Amino acid sequence: MISTPGRPNLVMPKAFGHLLKQLPWLALAALPLALPGYEPLVTQVFVMILFGLSLDLLVGYAGIVTLGHAAFFGVGGYTAGILSVHGIGDPIFTALCAMALAALTGLVFGGAILRTKGLTLLMLTMASAFLLYEIANKATGLTGGEDGLQGVNFAPVLGLFEFDFQGRTAFFYSLAALFFTFLFVRALINSPFGWSLRGIRENDARMAAIGCPIMRRRLIIYVISAALAGLAGALQAQSTQFVALYSLNFELSGNILIMLILGGSGRLYGAFVGVPVFMIAQDQLAKQDPANWFLGLGIVLIALVTLAPGGILGLAERAANAVKRRRSA
Amino acid sequence: METATLETRRLNRSFGSHAVTSDVNFTLRPGERRALIGPNGAGKTTFINLLAGVLRPSSGNVLLNGRDITDLDEASRIRLGIGRTFQITSLFPKMTIRENVFLAVAECEGIARNLVRSVLQYRKQLARVDELLHRVGLSDVAQLPVQLLPYGRQRLVEIAIALALRPKILLLDEPAAGIPTAESHVILDILSILPSEIAILLIDHDMDLVFRFAQQISVLVQGSILVEGTPNEIAADPRVREVYLGDSKHGRSAAA
Amino acid sequence: MTTLITILFFGIAYGMILYLISVGLSVTMGLMGFVNLAHGVFAMLGGYATVTLMNRFAVPFLASLAIGCIVVSAIGFVLERVFYRRFYGRSELDQVLFSFGLILVAVALVRIAWGPLAQPIQLPNYLKGQVAIFGLALPAYRLALVGFGAAIIAGLWFVFDRTLFGARIRAAVDNRAMAQSIGINTSRLFAAAFGLGTGLAALGGGLGADVLAIAPAYPLQYIVYFLIVVAVGGLGNIKGPFVAALAIGISDTACRYFVPEAGSIFIFVFVFVVLIWRPNGIMDRRRVAP
Repeated sequence: MISTPGRPNLVMPKAFGHLLKQLPWLALAALPLALPGYEPLVTQVFVMILFGLSLDLLVGYAGIVTLGHAAFFGVGGYTAGILSVHGIGDPIFTALCAMALAALTGLVFGGAILRTKGLTLLMLTMASAFLLYEIANKATGLTGGEDGLQGVNFAPVLGLFEFDFQGRTAFFYSLAALFFTFLFVRALINSPFGWSLRGIRENDARMAAIGCPIMRRRLIIYVISAALAGLAGALQAQSTQFVALYSLNFELSGNILIMLILGGSGRLYGAFVGVPVFMIAQDQLAKQDPANWFLGLGIVLIALVTLAPGGILGLAERAANAVKRRRSA
Repeated sequence: METATLETRRLNRSFGSHAVTSDVNFTLRPGERRALIGPNGAGKTTFINLLAGVLRPSSGNVLLNGRDITDLDEASRIRLGIGRTFQITSLFPKMTIRENVFLAVAECEGIARNLVRSVLQYRKQLARVDELLHRVGLSDVAQLPVQLLPYGRQRLVEIAIALALRPKILLLDEPAAGIPTAESHVILDILSILPSEIAILLIDHDMDLVFRFAQQISVLVQGSILVEGTPNEIAADPRVREVYLGDSKHGRSAAA
Repeated sequence: MTTLITILFFGIAYGMILYLISVGLSVTMGLMGFVNLAHGVFAMLGGYATVTLMNRFAVPFLASLAIGCIVVSAIGFVLERVFYRRFYGRSELDQVLFSFGLILVAVALVRIAWGPLAQPIQLPNYLKGQVAIFGLALPAYRLALVGFGAAIIAGLWFVFDRTLFGARIRAAVDNRAMAQSIGINTSRLFAAAFGLGTGLAALGGGLGADVLAIAPAYPLQYIVYFLIVVAVGGLGNIKGPFVAALAIGISDTACRYFVPEAGSIFIFVFVFVVLIWRPNGIMDRRRVAP
């Protein structure tokens, strides 16, 4: 909501609000002390949250529904991985390369895909991921094919922090990446550009009628989203020291969408809520019985879209409003 | 604010074999208050779409200050100062009124390209939004989502958005549509305080509004201009009466 | 030369199956504007019904197909009435999520009932082996696919072009509000069209059980191909997807034969190229520039 200048959006005074906002991050950073041994799992969660944030830019803000976002995740992962196999192993440098290549992929595909709409657009997002999957599958010399990329070896972060077996380095490295990405995404959402995306989502004909270059805006956000998804893929490769076809899979595209919807799209924090809930549930339930996991997931998804389209955050919002109303009544 | 002359020369537009706009020569002079009237189906909205760049003509030219803009698209014409409102309200329903107008201001001032500065930092633009809202009398409801507003006031948002784009020429497509005649003075009040440099072309069926607003009236019938003149001349013209009321056997209600 | 004809023939057979399955999706998409990702579920159910009736109950092939078609059609009809209609007019995201959820549920149930492996299909004896036509030895099964498929398609086109039902569908696709205002009960029409579309999908799934393997992953594996046929062919019409399906069937078969290393890469590239050229599909009637 754009309020009048001088009146902040938060209810609390500014300084206190700032400190409170950093608290969750500090708590996360202290996690290895509280839960030693869980670093690798939590790192995975960080990576997926970043991935989810990138998807939210498209689905929640720009209104572009995609079932092929794994394409950019995979491009990022394979780029970082393949570079490391060939001797270029600096994590930050390869992560930047991964982002660049993912952004380029987004530019090329987006240029074609964003001319279409509805079912055609959705199909093309799927087709782009399938296409890249097939290429990775067949180019076994480069990618290792079904066996996955062999020989991935990343150098210490900043030359100092080696990727240890406990996963401490990967933990803090991913947390830092997530933090900076979050700051960027939040700024983006609150910028005039971010607001114009919301306008395009709500009424693109009207946006055109006020002179907005729709295709260009959407392409820009598509490329940014692709770059961030590529970053997530690179982080995945770096923290697990492995890349496989899974990172281009349709299942991954579907899962990240479900994670985002579970938390609530278009709400900045949706991924932060949906990803951990999904991943913990998956970790506990999916191994026991994959069929029942799918069944439960499908039912939850249908229930979500029927009863709680805003996800968990949406429900929380509704509950908060109900409490507010009861208090003022 | 500068002003401009908008002309058409021998403008034609057909859909298939059906000619909706026929050989129209039309001029809107700087600062002029002109109304375009005509029976339903005369092709008024099509004409506005042709002027705005939403439709391309089958033949003929559209000129702005003598420069041929026939091939320019909608966005380019907006940049050149041609603004329009829509007959059917088309806004951003879940956003607040302030946000609706802000989107237009952001596009016009070129700040929409900015990726990371918060909107709250754009004081000048936000002030402009508030000024526009004040001008159309919506300051008191600026924080409300547009969909909660009564239809009549939503039409005002349409006008605010059009003004936000700094038009030199304003094409108003039935601004009073859906508003009871008793309340159309709200629209008239807004129109009367618009800067005199802006040339305004108004389409509407509310003859009360039209006759009070317009300095000049053009009558469009079946895609062609039948007659043009001052409101008094038009009211007295027997051809106009006939077009609207049929011959004396049908015309029960008195002309304005 | 023989190879080319054989490839063409196999490609046409494959294309026919794709068309039978996808045409229902094109119609319901054009009618209700509903992005139904779960369309492949109905083809899969038709396949499972056919195969199960044949394998476990020794019902003849054609009868199994027919029964499968009717049963799945009924399921589709019920699902439309109970679930799908709540989502007409909802956002595209909601429709995608709902149909995706439906896929997950269907895949899980099928896996629980039939297990994770692909269903073996025992073709009836008269479809095994080869038939000599013009000096070529063509598999009887694929011959039957082409022939049977052509017959069903001809029937479908007849219904669409010559019957009142078809006319109503075409009217509602063109302009739903108008169709409603001249007395067409669009709500019942949607249900009927949905039943027809899912029935055809079931037919395609059962008939093509040897081409597209019947396994729990079916809807997830093949949905992109059905979407391609509909997108390239154009929404809401039944002739466009036919051309698209044949084109895809033939080019995919040819590609797999001549460049097997490429796999399905070519098809996706082909689809991109076509849709850049014609974003609304190849039968885009809206070619008049605004």
